[in-house]
Amino acid sequence: MRRKIPLAIAFVFGIIMIIQFFIPHRISVEFYRNMLNALVIVGIFYYILAVSSLIRVHRGKIKRKKPGWGYSYVTLISLVVTAVIGVLGGAYQATRITSWFVQHFHWQIEQGTGLMVIYTYIQIPMGATMFSLLAFFIASAAFRAFKARSLTAVLLLVTAFVVMLGRVPIGALLTRRLPEIFHLTNIVEWILKYPNMAAQRGILMGIGLGMIATSLKIILGIERGYLGGGD
Amino acid sequence: MNVLLAFLFLIQQSPDSLQSDTTKVIEVVRPAPPTDVIAMDTPNDEGESIALQWTISKDDGDGLNSVILYNVFRAPSKEGPFDYIGTVGAGRTGYDDQDVEKDKVTYYYKVKSQTKDKVESEASNVASAQSFPQWFHHGRWNYLIFGVLFTFFFAFYLSRAKVKGTKLFIRKIAGLDAVEEAVGRSTEMGKPVLFCPGIGYLYHIATIAALTILGKIAKKTAEYETRLIMPNYDPLVMTAAQEIVKQSYTEAGRPDNFNEKDIFYLTQDQFGFAAGVDGIMIREKPGAIFLQGVFYAESLILAETGHSVGAIQIAGTDRVTQLPFFISACDYTLIGEEMFAASSYLSRDPVMLGTIKGEDTSKVVIIAVIIIGTIMGILGGLNIGPFGTWFLNLVNWFTRG
Repeated sequence: MRRKIPLAIAFVFGIIMIIQFFIPHRISVEFYRNMLNALVIVGIFYYILAVSSLIRVHRGKIKRKKPGWGYSYVTLISLVVTAVIGVLGGAYQATRITSWFVQHFHWQIEQGTGLMVIYTYIQIPMGATMFSLLAFFIASAAFRAFKARSLTAVLLLVTAFVVMLGRVPIGALLTRRLPEIFHLTNIVEWILKYPNMAAQRGILMGIGLGMIATSLKIILGIERGYLGGGD
Repeated sequence: MNVLLAFLFLIQQSPDSLQSDTTKVIEVVRPAPPTDVIAMDTPNDEGESIALQWTISKDDGDGLNSVILYNVFRAPSKEGPFDYIGTVGAGRTGYDDQDVEKDKVTYYYKVKSQTKDKVESEASNVASAQSFPQWFHHGRWNYLIFGVLFTFFFAFYLSRAKVKGTKLFIRKIAGLDAVEEAVGRSTEMGKPVLFCPGIGYLYHIATIAALTILGKIAKKTAEYETRLIMPNYDPLVMTAAQEIVKQSYTEAGRPDNFNEKDIFYLTQDQFGFAAGVDGIMIREKPGAIFLQGVFYAESLILAETGHSVGAIQIAGTDRVTQLPFFISACDYTLIGEEMFAASSYLSRDPVMLGTIKGEDTSKVVIIAVIIIGTIMGILGGLNIGPFGTWFLNLVNWFTRG
């Protein structure tokens, strides 16, 4: 039963949603909106799972004094502090509690709420720091990928060199005296517009068909791997 | 001094000067109104919407070139009163009235052009229409026809595989063949296996495909008694993954080795997740890393960190923009459709392989349409026969249905 019921739900709703796609009538659109709303409502309960998992894992680390267990305290304290500030002080609009603090302690909260202060001054900079690492990782990955070990690797290296050079002002400067067809910017444009785009579209077409096939397999109950155990 | 100033002010405002100001004649030139206004029910919608179309004013971009916008008015009867309902900029030839109060009731519309000095033209002709909800989206015939065609191929090969049990050929997918090697290597080194499902949700097909691959990997880790770690971005994916891995361990006859805590939630912040997974890679030093699912900018951050700890890496995603990063940094990469074929490839079940055959036949149809379209386009471009029109009709059908 644990498998049959989800399979039946997947089949019924899969078929209904395909039919819904072709019906623009209000009833159909309303049904679709309700489904999205249901998804949002169910989504709220996901976080109970998420928080319980997080607490369980970090409590276990602290209990067993695993390496780096001190950071688990940081995680759990941050979780509680952020949640309390968000729930009591408001997310986008200040609650009465935030307003009381602003009035009595003359706080200046440019972001409006404490949660947004945390978001602006802690979360965004930390995210940006991680993102900025990408520049170094691109350099190290490119160094390995562009090693001329075979004919295809040489082709990749040459193409990458041309595209990179054509994307910076010096590329245009180097070829400005040549006929227009040999201008690096035009060559780069051609590479991106034709061979590159053709390859991308080929992959995308395969992906699209793969998605259709997988969706059909799920709707028809052939693909059951995602359901896990239980009969 | 104040008295003097007041006197001078009064002299300035003498009746003579006032008279000369008011007698100035300001010539107001009205712009030409838009013409041929037509109203019709907005096609393929849920109702309560009427679409208007018109020919632009003679003074819009031409003539006096004074028109900057068009004002649209609506009335419940031809005689009015007409209420203002919206504005569109110069050059525009249509307006969608999406605030129609009732379907199957006739509404009357007229349009006026306006200059930057807020001088309106005379009203255009009055057009009327009723709105209706539609029961079929006529712009989606293309989806329907190709959907039915693909489903037919799919069902045909599926039933053939089921009835005849025909053994189908499937080309080698190196990334999937390497799964056993990767898990085996991890086991030999006494290191855990890390599976990262990316930052997709359970409604992403790539995430579902990743979970199917996870089931096969978990079976191997259960057989080899190797630890499987899986940090998650989405709590629902985590729950599904826990069930899948538990089932795989049970099927492998090692249910006691399943540790639910190894499949855990990390964070739903993109770079927070990347930082967390990187930390796990550095601390746990896994022998094999599987990056399967939906990835965005964090793909290379994860793949390069995985490479730095010396793990064998097998990646797979349906995000075309991330594929080059995985190809550069990982040992094996499942490119798009290879990932979706994984469950069929790994199970070798004839029914599952039949679905891939159906997919390939659909691909042949698409290639045929592309070739036909290309030939039509070339012949049309050379003005040979009616190919130009046929090509345009084909393109229009694919874009608008």
